[in-house]
Amino acid sequence: MDFQLTDEHRMVQQMVRDFAQKEVAPKVKEYDRRHEPMPGVLERMGELGILGISIPVKYGGQGMDYISLGLVSEELEYVDSTLRVVMSVHMGLCALSILHWGTEEQKQKFLVPLAKGEKVGAGAFTEPGHGSDFARIQGTARREGDVYILNGEKMWISLATKADYALVTMRTDPEADPPHRGLTAFIVDLHSPGVTRGDIKGKLGVRAGSTGWIAFNNVEVPVENRIGEEGEGFKVTMSAFDRGRYTVGAGAAGLIRAALDASVAYARERRTFGQPIGQHQLIKQKIARMARDYEITRLLYLQTGWLMNQGRRFTRQASLTKWFGTEAAFRAAHEAIQIHGAYGYSDEYDVERFFRNSRGAMIYEGSSEIQTLIQADYALGYRYDKPLRKELPPYDPEEWLAEGA
Amino acid sequence: MKIVVPVKVVPDTAATLKVEDGRVTWGDAPLVLNPWDEFAVEAALQTVEKHGGTVAVISMGDESALEAIRKALAMGAKEAVRIDDEALAGADVGVTAQVLAAAVRKMGDVDMVFFGRQAIDGDTGLTPMYTARALGWPFVGLVSAFTEMDPAGRSFAAERSVGEAKQTLRATMPAVVTIAKEFAEPRYPSFMGIRKASRAKVPVWTLADLGLEAPAARVRWPEISMPPKREVKVEFIEGATPREIAEKLVDKLIEAKVL
Amino acid sequence: MSKIAVYVDHFGGKAAAASWEALTAAQTLAQGLGGEVVAVVLGQGVEALAQEAARRGPKAVLVADDAALADYVPDAYADTLVALTAAHDIAVWVFPTTMRGREVAGLTAAGLQVGALPDVTDLAVEDGKIVATRPVYAGKLLAKVETEPPAVVTTRVRAFPAAEAGEAAAEIISVAAQVSETAQNVQSLGFSQAAQGVSLTEASIIVSGGRGVANTNKVPGDEKEKAQKGFEMLGELARLLGGALGASRAAVDAGYISYDHQVGQTGKVVSPDLYIACGISGAIQHLAGMRTSKVIVAINTDPEAPIFKVARYGVVADLWDVVPELINVIKERGLAKNE
Repeated sequence: MDFQLTDEHRMVQQMVRDFAQKEVAPKVKEYDRRHEPMPGVLERMGELGILGISIPVKYGGQGMDYISLGLVSEELEYVDSTLRVVMSVHMGLCALSILHWGTEEQKQKFLVPLAKGEKVGAGAFTEPGHGSDFARIQGTARREGDVYILNGEKMWISLATKADYALVTMRTDPEADPPHRGLTAFIVDLHSPGVTRGDIKGKLGVRAGSTGWIAFNNVEVPVENRIGEEGEGFKVTMSAFDRGRYTVGAGAAGLIRAALDASVAYARERRTFGQPIGQHQLIKQKIARMARDYEITRLLYLQTGWLMNQGRRFTRQASLTKWFGTEAAFRAAHEAIQIHGAYGYSDEYDVERFFRNSRGAMIYEGSSEIQTLIQADYALGYRYDKPLRKELPPYDPEEWLAEGA
Repeated sequence: MKIVVPVKVVPDTAATLKVEDGRVTWGDAPLVLNPWDEFAVEAALQTVEKHGGTVAVISMGDESALEAIRKALAMGAKEAVRIDDEALAGADVGVTAQVLAAAVRKMGDVDMVFFGRQAIDGDTGLTPMYTARALGWPFVGLVSAFTEMDPAGRSFAAERSVGEAKQTLRATMPAVVTIAKEFAEPRYPSFMGIRKASRAKVPVWTLADLGLEAPAARVRWPEISMPPKREVKVEFIEGATPREIAEKLVDKLIEAKVL
Repeated sequence: MSKIAVYVDHFGGKAAAASWEALTAAQTLAQGLGGEVVAVVLGQGVEALAQEAARRGPKAVLVADDAALADYVPDAYADTLVALTAAHDIAVWVFPTTMRGREVAGLTAAGLQVGALPDVTDLAVEDGKIVATRPVYAGKLLAKVETEPPAVVTTRVRAFPAAEAGEAAAEIISVAAQVSETAQNVQSLGFSQAAQGVSLTEASIIVSGGRGVANTNKVPGDEKEKAQKGFEMLGELARLLGGALGASRAAVDAGYISYDHQVGQTGKVVSPDLYIACGISGAIQHLAGMRTSKVIVAINTDPEAPIFKVARYGVVADLWDVVPELINVIKERGLAKNE
């Protein structure tokens, strides 16, 4: 068992770290304060190939493996969660779903521009009335000849107003019993007539990002855009969540590391009672927990990425990583504020932003409660993974680096 | 054009340095490509992108030098060579320059050698000059831009800083230059470049390959130490008038060698 | 008898003051190694410079006043120095570590195939060896270095006292320029104005202002206008010293100056040789950004301000009184880098 990152992995990690530090870190606080997305960041990520990192070269990607996706997620979230959210939805939910379930034509048409960063992708599943109980979503897709007519509203969609394409899951069979069998997934061009969208302001965190709603009013979607078969929508969506959770969990490691680094720097500098506060035991305890949780989350996500590379089912591990990592990240940010004292309560330091950002991750991509139930059911034997009709392609360097269609 | 960029691996600038048993340690901070060398690699890449050609990197050192070499390859350098030999332990600037010059000659058909301004560990900034003299080539330091570049005509002109002013120097090729950070921001390695770099097999040359006997070092570094920790107790400067205070303060600052 | 030669760096008809510091260092070497100190001036029309050097204590001044050296070309200058080395039995060359000095020093040492001790802060002779201390790892550590003559040494700026100008003038000897074929292939095409301003992170001197800058009755206007005038004044001091202008977070937040100037944990972290904090209280996040400065001067009306805990020199006074006088003193004593 080799726990080393390859030279390639280390260089990828360093490159993304440098980009995030140089080009995003200096201005992220300002945009966070203004509740506005940072201009130009999506374009830069596209230019640098980050938006196509774990997509085969022949589909316009960079041909790196799934572990690289995790490393990228960690480095991006270290600077701000909004950067990692881009990877979660563009890559985790949208692009990789096309790689997983799409036909060759769909890959050429949609995956290539997404991987090249020419188009931005998102995932639209949650509705105003349905989050955790996704199986019961109400939005509909009615087949009429060679199109589907989509109606409904999706909410809490990251990059809602910025994305070009979204993987959208709607109900094609209102009579289906159990209800999850009646769902179908589509790639929707968000510039289509009938699509309206808007931003949701006033969130506690992830403020330098873009979260919104998308309304579908008799939107025509060609049959060719259906991802998977009719009735497979639930499975497609769940597999998308697996990948989303992987990036969220990996990102959480980055947030813990950011909270840890900030806390260590402060604890070595600030003095009380005649010594640096890093010498006080209760501060040591907080630091120790952060250091521990960083290692654990990191190992969890690297293992998950490894399973993905192998082409093995990783649903349980992605869920576990997401659950553990996001809760640990919240604790780390919380304690980081405490370590900084009153300064931590002000936005002069970054820790309060980490705290606000971390809070969302316990809610989205499957709340902590959902993950708890998932893990329990795996442990109890009430849940086990049946093979899917299609699996996410394993990482095969030769295949993934081959040029040309 | 063929441009050679000698590169060096150094501890990361953020590393906490300590001296243990007379040797410098940096804990588990990573070794990285010398930041000044990144500017040299970038300048070389931009120059061959404009005028055609390739960039080769050489590095004198043990396997840790691969860190620097790989970064340069990932940025776009096409060739690399590492020079390693037991007899090079304790090499000073003069020895290093002889070795680099021999490597450049062995590579052959080199038009220019681009150096970074200095290595952030030794900070001597002398290796480029010694290498120029070892090769018998003209030297142009701290180039911030090339105002002319004529590989076919074997000449170039460069704008550089001489302190109080900027100077433009024209010189023939082949030549040795150092690149200032004003030249350009170094690019990030591309993912393609990262992949190529991590797979690259970097040949190693020994002194024998270079046809050199182990040259003797003339400068020795017998000791390295932490600067003394100064306990700072403020000295209040007083005076009957602000002018008097200012005079006294300036005196003190001159004494402290900061003015 | 062997000589210790000092390269007099100059530009635009003015000698670099650091050259006289190199002279002092050379005297130390002469005492330890035995030998005479000579100063060397290269260029064209450099008589006045040679005369100035002659009054600074060397035994003689060697002048190569030649059209071939009219423009500063490092290779040509180094060639001349290499030729002089043998002709005049020079054992050690001492250069000031100015930008030009370092270049010529390196090329000369390489041309002579001798060792060089660059950027030294002190110098001694032990058992016929030249032993020096120099900063390494960006000044985080100190290295002791040594070599035997023949050798080249460059002195760090302001590390040695400048040799004083006296009445006695040394002999001025004319020597020949020597330019190799390699150097003949380099021509200077001209000079132009260097870009002004130095960045915060690279400045060796920083003048920084805080909330206290706006707190005055000495200029009219509202708070912002007063602050603007105040920062202009601090900026003038910084400019004169060839340094950069900084600010505390409080000043930036109050809109007195832009964020690029912010020094502190959440701004830029700096480590200059001299940090002059004006009207800055010294809150911990500001200190975190500048406490490794070599010398900190604090000017504040509040004697209890935390900044005085890290300052080497403190002035409890109104910065609006003291800073204008500092500017005057610096100008009058000729310490200004930029007029």
